[in-house]
Amino acid sequence: MAENKKIKTPLFHIVNRGKDGVAWYYSLLIRAAAIVTALIVSGVMIMLLSGKNPIAVYTSMFNGVFGTPRRIWNLLQNVAILLCISLAVTPAFKMKFWNCGAEGQVLVGGLATVGVMMFLGDKMPLPLLIIVMIIASVVAGMIWALIPAVFKALWNTNETLFTLMMNYVAIQLVAYFLKVFVKDGSGVLTPMPQYGLPIIGKYQFLLNIIIVALLTFVAYIYLKYSKQGYEISVVGESENTAKYIGIGVKKVIIRTLMVSGAICGIAGLLLVGGTNHTISTTTVDGRGFTAIMVSWLAKFNPFYMVLTSFLIVFLDRGASQVSTDFRIPQTISDIVTGIILLFIIGCEFFLRYKIVFTKRVKEEG
Amino acid sequence: MENIKLECRNITKTFGKVYANRNCNLDVRKGEILAILGENGSGKTTLMNMVAGIYFPDEGQIFVDGKEVVIKSPKDAFEHKIGMIHQHFKLVNVFSATENIALGVDDGKRYNLSRISKKVIEITQRYGFIIDPDKKVHDMSVSEKQTVEIIKVLYRGADILILDEPTAVLTPQETEKLFNVLRRMREDGKSIIIITHKMHEVLSISDRVAVLRRGEHIGTVNTAEANESLLTEMMMGEKVSLNINRSEPKDSVDRLMLCGVTSVNEEGRKILDNISFTAKSGEILGIAGIAGSGQRELLEAIAGLHHLSEGTITYIDPKTEKEENLRDKSPIQIRDLGVRLSFVPEDRLGMGLVGNMDIIDNMMLRSYSKGKSAFLQRKEPKDLAERIINDLHVSTPGATTPVRQLSGGNVQKVLVGREIAAAPSVLMAAYPVRGLDVNASYTIYNLLNEQKERGVAVIFVGEDLDVLMELCDRIMVINSGRVTGMVDGRTAKKDHIGLLMTKSVEGEE
Amino acid sequence: MVAFLVSAIRLGMMLLFGSTGETITEKSGHLNLGLPGVMCVGASCGCYAEYIYLSSCGENVIPVLAVLIPMLATFIGGAFMGLIFSFLTVTLRANQNVTGLALTTLGVGISDYMIDKTGDIYIKGALYFKASLPIADKLGWFGKVFLSHGILTYLAIVVALVTAFVLNKTKLGLHLRAVGENPGTADAAGINVLKYRYLATCIGGGIAGFGGLSFVMDYLNGNWEYVIDDIGWLAVALVIFTVWKPNLAIFGSLIFGGLYVASSYISGISFAGKELFKMLPYIVTIVVLIFTSMRSRKKNQPPESLGINYFREER
Repeated sequence: MAENKKIKTPLFHIVNRGKDGVAWYYSLLIRAAAIVTALIVSGVMIMLLSGKNPIAVYTSMFNGVFGTPRRIWNLLQNVAILLCISLAVTPAFKMKFWNCGAEGQVLVGGLATVGVMMFLGDKMPLPLLIIVMIIASVVAGMIWALIPAVFKALWNTNETLFTLMMNYVAIQLVAYFLKVFVKDGSGVLTPMPQYGLPIIGKYQFLLNIIIVALLTFVAYIYLKYSKQGYEISVVGESENTAKYIGIGVKKVIIRTLMVSGAICGIAGLLLVGGTNHTISTTTVDGRGFTAIMVSWLAKFNPFYMVLTSFLIVFLDRGASQVSTDFRIPQTISDIVTGIILLFIIGCEFFLRYKIVFTKRVKEEG
Repeated sequence: MENIKLECRNITKTFGKVYANRNCNLDVRKGEILAILGENGSGKTTLMNMVAGIYFPDEGQIFVDGKEVVIKSPKDAFEHKIGMIHQHFKLVNVFSATENIALGVDDGKRYNLSRISKKVIEITQRYGFIIDPDKKVHDMSVSEKQTVEIIKVLYRGADILILDEPTAVLTPQETEKLFNVLRRMREDGKSIIIITHKMHEVLSISDRVAVLRRGEHIGTVNTAEANESLLTEMMMGEKVSLNINRSEPKDSVDRLMLCGVTSVNEEGRKILDNISFTAKSGEILGIAGIAGSGQRELLEAIAGLHHLSEGTITYIDPKTEKEENLRDKSPIQIRDLGVRLSFVPEDRLGMGLVGNMDIIDNMMLRSYSKGKSAFLQRKEPKDLAERIINDLHVSTPGATTPVRQLSGGNVQKVLVGREIAAAPSVLMAAYPVRGLDVNASYTIYNLLNEQKERGVAVIFVGEDLDVLMELCDRIMVINSGRVTGMVDGRTAKKDHIGLLMTKSVEGEE
Repeated sequence: MVAFLVSAIRLGMMLLFGSTGETITEKSGHLNLGLPGVMCVGASCGCYAEYIYLSSCGENVIPVLAVLIPMLATFIGGAFMGLIFSFLTVTLRANQNVTGLALTTLGVGISDYMIDKTGDIYIKGALYFKASLPIADKLGWFGKVFLSHGILTYLAIVVALVTAFVLNKTKLGLHLRAVGENPGTADAAGINVLKYRYLATCIGGGIAGFGGLSFVMDYLNGNWEYVIDDIGWLAVALVIFTVWKPNLAIFGSLIFGGLYVASSYISGISFAGKELFKMLPYIVTIVVLIFTSMRSRKKNQPPESLGINYFREER
């Protein structure tokens, strides 16, 4: 009768794996699966838009990234820049300070570099000029990060939106600069390679790559083995604990953001002084945001960030080659990057949790 | 079998590899008060959470009025007229009492707050509650919040009420009031389950007692046929002496003197109001009071974490007898003065320790900044971690295990171990045994006693008056940030302390 | 002056859609930083639908459909972005900030793609959206400022008012607010937290999507040339500025709209000066952020569990 009604039990429930999590090969497998799935999805999408078969799409992608030595250098250079920005935002994130302002911090760093190039370029010898460029870019990035940090420290002002707004202020600042100082009124600044960073041998980007590689080691050691790095972790995990043991939370916030901003400034220097030798409002090109995800996906570990930034740059370069080859708009690479990011973000779930299917209890009688 | 309102049969629930409940059987009749008795961690709350739809059992069945039911969510529980009042209140702070009560109720009628508050007032009159339906929860006292919780359940027409440790936050007087309400509900035909670990409450209110031990149901007895030693034996599995070894204080000298300590919160209300007392070396000073009476702020003020508007905190150095005023100094400044002050805060994982860090890194919290080097020195903390794990029998896979993965008792051992390792001259501990099982609790009591015998001035904030009276040499009672009495731990009467806990000074309230 | 007000209102209403959508989302406890992406996708879907509709029926365009079809597509597009966000943060428990930023990357990329496709067909479509009351012209400046707008402008106000009413005066609103304040409590009260978060985020996304559409059709007159991510962030800021109250946001959006368009209407400053002037809305937002953070009261605070995911069986 009424008891005949079937008893519903949940089909499955979700169990936290705990901190020790899963075996490394399993986590590798899941991440690989996510990337492969994402590649398939974006491949299908490109296929639909371009009408080409997927093999051609992937071939074009690989070709675009590894096809010529020049392309490989380009790849490495882009990885270096993205990695540099990711390293910059990491200390702040580890402290749970959502620095979404890397875009602006890099840009003002670059602006400072360009400024030095333009106004001091012919007034001093190159080595001195470069030192001034370094100081100017680092200080500019630092100041840009310092402003939201001070307000966060004093009044707990929402740093996410603050730093976002600072990005646009920086962009307008650059726009203003270009309007005022580009004499022909075109708003496009002619590159000034004569004042650029030195070139090692004939490899234009080698210096950038070496600097960022060094920076990666330094960042790893700073975060893991220095007292300041330890303070960052404590503040990030629990502000109450930090206060309890007498860490000046405000001081740490401000200091960490200065580090963060300084590295952004260096990224700006490398972009302007070592790569473009000029500046525009799109010099950073959204990498300030991508860096956030690079850092997050690498779990704040600088060495993993090499991999994540490589992955993203690979996709970006690959997709833009595809767009050239098949005459579809360049922005397809943003779409592909977005899709891949969403897949990787989603796959983290399977690393942290497992799904347990409910055992059916057999009833007798 | 008639009259059985709710029955749990062979309920099993695991968290990871740990059994929270194993084959638990339980029933409650119509119009009775059933007490569920068990130590902390014995699975009382987990079992009831499954009845209330918070957790879902791995195995086993639940019957209401003799019919098997499946409770997947709190909503299902309400449909079977089961309501639970959780230990941590589930209220929305920015809502009024009425809004909180209306939450989630689907009576098919149009949403109308004044209609709901009318019905709320009806309920309060019927059972003898006092509550202002328009008061916002963030302005309420703990006891008022609990009242809202109970009305919420009654409003939904619950016939089975589960109360999880309802008296933990109440004064003895408020407890008595609550018990009167519960008795009225029993007369009204409701089934009431009360989770507790306090023996005397069980004996005074319940009709039957179900005892749980380590997740298993040991047995259910009629309260009339039970007595304290029988229930204790069921609870502990073996006869244990509940006595704490309390030695007489030796060579007591003044160590920490507070004078007129006052602090004001953002809204201008006094959190600490003219508090003066002296903590002496070689004794344990207990602090009793209703939750939120200023205990936390008081300890934090001494530790340099809470800003004072008035008063002095004087520390007398045991060697030089020099006096230092600690008021408004930061923890670092206090340490640099050579003051050896250790503090075991109430919030272990949120303040005393960092949950996601391993034991070694947690050991460093106090000592990492020593030395001029810019880099961390992990050797000493590692030795300390291993020493604590050995000496205090911390059960952990290793020193590199994140403390979040340890059980409550082990977490506390790590924290207390670290604080004691600093060889303090003042040791403050806030609710150090909260959530710990009996064995772990006694380890902590013994550690505190050991420190006392070494001449440390120990300040102990506790909630269990029985423990306070057995452990402490003197007990200071505070209410609303004021000292309402100082009694001798050996001669104090519980009722008296209870009265002091609610006593107001200068006729306010 | 009149042109300035008209322009400010049109931009403001776009912000109003965005902030109303985000308010609904945030009231459920979701901080969707993908809002710029959501608005971009809303605009893209709407425009693409208009493109398909107009190019498929040639001369026989039914004006009502030319408005309704894009609107439906916009809502679906925005809601779909909300769905992705909810799926990742609710079901897959991903971090909300990171998910939001990834959505913005995706959404901006998509709209960038759509811009490239523009012919004059969006401009043609915009004519249908801008159809206003015939009496508007006869009432001088009053008609011009208040009555000359297309349907989306008025819809924005209606949506904001309805949202304010639902949030404060209905059981649905009570439940939604409870979910955002304290999901544990809401869950214990038998409210399906997951359902509310999913629904609020999707509906919020759909509404925010209209913001993108209104930007292209009303403000740009279909002449879609650049991406709108910066305005998306302004909409997020507007939510904080108006302390999570859509009815206040009606006025807040006008202020923001005015600031944003002001540089084009102020005479006597140089081209370069205009670039500096364009900083104004961002600087004002920063100032607003600072002021809101300085006054800390129990009232007018963000939903208590904003940005925090909720899982019941976590232990």
